Amino acid sequence: MRPALSVILLTTLIGAGQGLFLALAAVEALGEASPGFLVFGAVMVLALLGAGLAASFFHLGHPERAWRSAAMWRTSWLSREVIALPAFMAAAFAWGAAHWLGWPTLALAGAGAVLAVALFVCTAMIYACLRFLQEWHSALTVVNYLVLGCASGFTLASAYAAWTGPGLARPLAAAALGWTLLGLATRGASLARNARLKARSSLQSAIGVKHPRIAQKSQGAIAGSFNTREFFHGSKPGVLRSVKWIFLLGAFVLPAALLLAGLPTPAFIVQFAGLMFERWFFFAQANHPQNLYYQAVS
Amino acid sequence: MTQLALVIDLNVCVGCHACVTSCKQWNTSGAAGYLSDDNPYGADPTGTFFNRVQTFEVGEFPNTETVHFPKSCLHCEDPPCVPVCPTGASYKRAEDGIVLVDYDKCIGCKYCSWACPYGAREIDEHQKVMKKCTLCVDRIYDPQLPESERKPACVLACPTSARIFGDIHDPESQASKAIREQGGYALMPEWGTQPANHYLPRRRTEIRIHPDELERHDNPLKVDGLLPRPSSKDPALDDVTSW
Repeated sequence: MRPALSVILLTTLIGAGQGLFLALAAVEALGEASPGFLVFGAVMVLALLGAGLAASFFHLGHPERAWRSAAMWRTSWLSREVIALPAFMAAAFAWGAAHWLGWPTLALAGAGAVLAVALFVCTAMIYACLRFLQEWHSALTVVNYLVLGCASGFTLASAYAAWTGPGLARPLAAAALGWTLLGLATRGASLARNARLKARSSLQSAIGVKHPRIAQKSQGAIAGSFNTREFFHGSKPGVLRSVKWIFLLGAFVLPAALLLAGLPTPAFIVQFAGLMFERWFFFAQANHPQNLYYQAVS
Repeated sequence: MTQLALVIDLNVCVGCHACVTSCKQWNTSGAAGYLSDDNPYGADPTGTFFNRVQTFEVGEFPNTETVHFPKSCLHCEDPPCVPVCPTGASYKRAEDGIVLVDYDKCIGCKYCSWACPYGAREIDEHQKVMKKCTLCVDRIYDPQLPESERKPACVLACPTSARIFGDIHDPESQASKAIREQGGYALMPEWGTQPANHYLPRRRTEIRIHPDELERHDNPLKVDGLLPRPSSKDPALDDVTSW
């Protein structure tokens, strides 16, 4: 698939925002944080979610009709995400406002945490539910969206605490390190799974001719079409391999080292950039069966 | 339950693209608006089509066979593109099984095209909505057209009658009979989408000649099939008489 920058930004930004909220809610549950720390934390969560939401609009052909996309929540995970995202933002806003006003917040933190996890599931299921995109159709996709979002969110929380509440920085960095290493394990597991995938569709099943040797001579257009632009990443295999190593280093190894070295702010910057590479790779690696029909121009 | 569909005979298709051009002509002229084209006469032309004819070479030279393969929306009975649509713009009509896009509701998120394993949906780069074959829904019910013309434009245009249009849930329809009796098959059956469009396979085409077929059965002089008269010197069966 062709990775779209709007979707890469959407999923990485809201993932970090949800992870940050879960980190702040955990800090609150342990009774360690001052209200001011949490209020500004809520502002950061809303800024990340808002930026992701804004990026998502650039993916739409008709953003002015985006309100319609909440309609099909019974069947569509995209529709569910469209509902869960503002619901989570509302919960995060209410939670931050309650801290600011000094109202009880525990129920709001719980609701926000549930909605954050629900939003992770909705975002990941948009991809995991497409059964013929075999690279995505796995429980590991959901696990990775959750774990990688928490890793970047907890790293950001640790960086935030290092600037404002030093007592919290070290335990948050330890938690971020745990999520990051867990992410390395779960993302590594999905890489290993995808390396062993066997495509269920073939040119034989695509056109219904059983001969083992079939070569495409024409795809019905002398130049490109939507089908040749949307479903191919357009990069050489070497680029794909390089990006894999870049994101394994950038999203996991380097941030883990920087967290251990007590540098959470650089760790977050490196990890966020690494996760953008990870998301690019996530899309680029998925091989759509329609590509079987588009292997040669003429 | 009606399920309208096309049955495409790969044994007959000659790859002339008449179905492509007639489809484009009809569907770019309708009430739903044009089908975009960019650089139609330039170096890198591109555009939105509902139907494309692809060509595949089967076998190894010199023993090859050319297969022309028309591809459009298959109007699946369990269409994976429909439930993923967040707005309900993509839908399958209960009355005739046609999968359609409501261009006024589509937000152009392209998710349905990701959910189609056949690559049957193409976004219109200018109107920014997803488009696909409608089975000429604005033709097939039009009472102002003569009944013989209430068929998709591609079916009417096909010079070799490679495209059969009909209700595949009606066992007596021409389409159902073709699927049943000529080995009709579905594309990518492994995904369980149950495409309504079917394809008829390439067949071995050869004529078998039996000796009696070389004689006319209605020749009044009975000269067909008579052997040449033997020479008078040739021995006869009984070694006594001759011609």
